[in-house]
Order: sequence, then C-alpha cells, then structure tokens
Amino acid sequence: MRIVVCLKQIIDPELPSSQFKIDPGSKRQQPNGHPLVISPYDENALELALQLRDQTAGHVTVLSVGQSSAVSALRKGVAMGADEAALISDPALEGSDAFGIAAALAQGIQKLGPPDLVLCGCESGDWADRIIGPILAEALGIPCVTYVARAEKHNGHVRAQRVVEEGYEIWEVTPPLLLTILSHESNVPRYPKVKDIMTASRRPISTWSLSDIGLDTGHVGNAVTRVEIQELTLPTRESRCEFLEGEPGGQVASLITKLREKKVI
Amino acid sequence: MGGIFVFAKVENGVPSRSTLELLGGAQKIAAGLEEPVTAGLLGQGDAALLYAYGVETVYRVDHPLLKEYQADLHLLALERIGRTAEPRVILLPGDSLGRDLAGRLAFRLQTGIVTEVIDIDVHPSEKSLRFTRQAYGGKAIAAIVPKAFPVVATLKPRTFDPAARAGDRTGTEIPVEAPLDGAQAGTRLVERVQEETTGVKLEDAQVVISGGRGLGGPEGFDLLVELARVLKGAVGSSRAATDAGWVPSSMQVGQTGKTVSPDLYIAVGISGATQHVAGISGAKTIVAINTDPEASIFKVAHLGIVGDYKAILPPLIARCRELVGG
Repeated sequence: MRIVVCLKQIIDPELPSSQFKIDPGSKRQQPNGHPLVISPYDENALELALQLRDQTAGHVTVLSVGQSSAVSALRKGVAMGADEAALISDPALEGSDAFGIAAALAQGIQKLGPPDLVLCGCESGDWADRIIGPILAEALGIPCVTYVARAEKHNGHVRAQRVVEEGYEIWEVTPPLLLTILSHESNVPRYPKVKDIMTASRRPISTWSLSDIGLDTGHVGNAVTRVEIQELTLPTRESRCEFLEGEPGGQVASLITKLREKKVI
Repeated sequence: MGGIFVFAKVENGVPSRSTLELLGGAQKIAAGLEEPVTAGLLGQGDAALLYAYGVETVYRVDHPLLKEYQADLHLLALERIGRTAEPRVILLPGDSLGRDLAGRLAFRLQTGIVTEVIDIDVHPSEKSLRFTRQAYGGKAIAAIVPKAFPVVATLKPRTFDPAARAGDRTGTEIPVEAPLDGAQAGTRLVERVQEETTGVKLEDAQVVISGGRGLGGPEGFDLLVELARVLKGAVGSSRAATDAGWVPSSMQVGQTGKTVSPDLYIAVGISGATQHVAGISGAKTIVAINTDPEASIFKVAHLGIVGDYKAILPPLIARCRELVGG
C-alpha cells in the first residue's frame, strides 16, 4: 500500500497567548523564533500511516508545502518511520490559499506516483480551515472521508470510522482514497528513537520547486486567492479569573454564592 | 442572480437546529445586501416550513439515492442546485456535514470559501460582505472578504441565533434535476452508531461539566455525571480525555469536538489547551477546578478553584442537591 501523508509545519499552537504577536503586513502570526512543530493532527495521520504500512508491506511518504524550515518537520516524519520525504517550496507559493496549496500537493503526489491512500490531519493547528483534505481529494479525483478516528484494511478496501455529532459511522472505500484524520487512542504519535533522529538528520530531503512538479505559478500565490484576510486582530476579551480561596468547604460555599449571584444555578 | 442560499435540512417536520442557525445568519445580512434568502432541500422535506422563516425560493433535488447521507451524491445534488440558483453566498453548517462538503463544493464551483464563521456583516454603502472567524485557536480574530462568488461559508455551530419565524408566508419551489447514479458514490456506509448518552444533549445543555486529563482516569467522570444530574446538565470532556479512551468522542468539547454555549461551564482537571478553549468561547460563566494554579484554563475562567476535584466535587454536589431539593 502506497501512502502519502501531508504534513504542515506551524508555530507551536500551545504557545501562551502572552507571546502571540500578529504581523500586520502578512496578517499572520509573527514567527519570532518560536518553536516550529508538525501540526498536531498531521502527526496522528502519520502514526496511522505507519501502522497500516507495518501491518503488511507498504511505503509511506511524507510530503509538505512550505518554506525551507519545513525540512525539519519532514525529518521528524522520517525519524518516526516514513520511508521517503519531499518538500515543495517555491517563493511563488507565498500567500497561497487552500486551493493553491492543494494544487501543489496534488502535483507533488502525481510526481511521487499514484498512491493508494492519502492522509491529512483533519484541521491545522493554526487556521483550522478544515478544507485542505477535501479540496486535495477533489484535485486528485478520489473519494474522501473526513474526521476519521481510525481506519483499517478490509478485503482490499479501507474501512474508516468517521466521527459525527451523534456518534460515528463506518465507511468502506476502495483505494485510492483520501482520509482526514482525527486524534484517537489508536493513533497517538510514536516518539522517534534517538538513533532514528540521528539517521534522519543526515537524510537528504528532496526539495521541489513548482517547475519540478510541473505546476504553473498562475495557480498559486497571493494573486489568485479567492478570499482575502482583510484584518487579523487580537480578541478584546481577556477575562480576569477570580480565585476562590480557602479549604474545599469554603471554596465550595463561595462558589455557590457567586453562581447564585450570577443566577446560573 | 444573487441571493443568500442556505443548505436546509428538515427533520421530523421542523427545520433542524443547524438550519435555523443558518437562516439566522442569512436574515442578518439579507436586508443589508437587499437580496432574498433562498434554500436547497434534498429529498422530501416540507418547503413551507422554510417559507415561514422568510425563505423565498426553495430549490429541491428529490431522488431516492439522497435518502441516506452519502458525500459524493449529496455533493452532486448540491452542486447542481448551486449552478441553478447562482446565489451570492452559500451557507452550510460548520458541523460534520459542512466539514465533508463545503471545501469540495467550493472546489467544484471554483469559488472562495470561509469556514467556521462567527459573524457576517454587510458594508452599508458598498454592500460588500465581511466574515469574521477565529484563528490560531482563538488567539486572533480574522476579518475575511470574498473575492470570488458565490462564496461558500460554514457557520460555526451554536454561534448564530436561530432564525425567528417570519409568520405565514409563501414561496416558490423550483425542482432541480440531478441525474444521480449509485456508481457515483465513492464511499459505502457500513454502519452508523449512535453514541449519544442519555439525558440533556451536550450542545443544548445550559450547564456543562467537562473533565480532562486531570481526572486521572475514566472513573473520575462518575462525580461529573452526578453533578450534571443534580444540575440537569450534560457531561463533556477535553480531547486528552477522549484520546485516552476514557469517554466516547461524542463527548468531546473543543475545536474538533462540539461547540457549547451554556450559562455555566465547569472545567474539571482541564489544562485549557487552545483546542479546548475554542469550543467554549460562548459559555457565559466558566468555572475552572484544577490543581495547577498556572493552568491556562484559568486565563479564560471567570471563577477559579485551585484544588483537587476529589475534595471539591463531593461537597459541591451535596450543596447543589440541597439547593435543588429545597
């Protein structure tokens, strides 16, 4: 089974709000040297890919669109166990929306050779648009199941557990297909071993420009976005927490009083 | 042609809650845009139920293959309706349906998309649209303007007030032909499993008590269930508790789980990751109980108790029981 996992490198989303700064020019978060990580659900997707590969024979490629720094995200993917890695990086991609990124990913996937399974995180840890996976599936012309907690091979098909409001659904799909992956107890990302981190750090990572993947610059970049971020601001609400002191009994008594004042109980 | 198009669902003789929220969003901008509200129905729901909320035109695809949800077939029908209605805005719910269909619909209509919208405004003179959404897990607020039409937008659940009935009105129904074929379905449903716990629905509850990793194990939820029972509320969880397998994912509150907007939200043993906090921004009063005074949940809580939930919850349950009983 040939699996491609799409990884996005983002600024650590758990960075405290006090260190969160907006770059007014790009209308994005200022990097300011903050730690860069693989967007959380993308790691769950990679973990699932590695498990599916290990059940039978297979090949896992991690693919990213981003700046040269994203090589470190791909190296982590290799250290976790991916067989191959490729980065699509080109100045023309700057400011692309989901359609531009998906076009680049689709071309990169074509270059890698036809996959059986493409995995994406269900949403990114920064903008959480939740649309890259479905749009990429459209660009590749393959079926898509979103918000999948677990997936397994089943008689030549893939069975995917899709989480919905009331519970879950099991969908059966014949490859090739794309799944967007949610975290689940079954796909907690493995920690790479020190030895594998060392090996991965010496691995050359293929970096492709748009011309390497045969994508015209007219499909990507800020000029062809279909929506525009007009403004990015900090939210005004920053409530001050009132701490209730004392022994548990006193804390509970104060809490009851406060909640009754607010008429919520 | 224009118009604000709402993808509607009618269940058990009433528009679904998410449909009413979409209609609420549509009503908010209809006057400013000076354009009508239209809707799409798949299957056989009663269009008159939508006219009563100010919908002027209902586009319907009625086909036996649309009886059960299947993404590819629903998408084909919706795409057909979109091309027929040619609206300015297409509103979809930001729930599992919108997550499945919205991006793909925008791709097919070669248009723009904004997801998880929390507000929409119309510029008074230019009549242009502006969408507001959270970014970076709620650490920032983005104003987004469309550059291509019709723009697809998904509305964050439990954010827009449900539409009010506009009284007895009539409208026009336009049947839309969609040549559907079972072979167009790329996925096949094997099983649908309901996980909803008994009692008040999490999204509807006025009181929500959620537990996280700090509970230490699934048995910690017993106290939460008891408090919820006394306060007639519902029990939720953080992603950490769901990922640990302590409770089903249908109980998860947060960006990838459910959005709740209760009067009272009690977070027990929840650190307050951005992922979780994004789902509770509509809660009126947030109480946090955590042993760690530095936990980020206290940054969003109104009332905080630093302490062990095992010491706090039993007297809290007892006091609440007295109040409710007497």
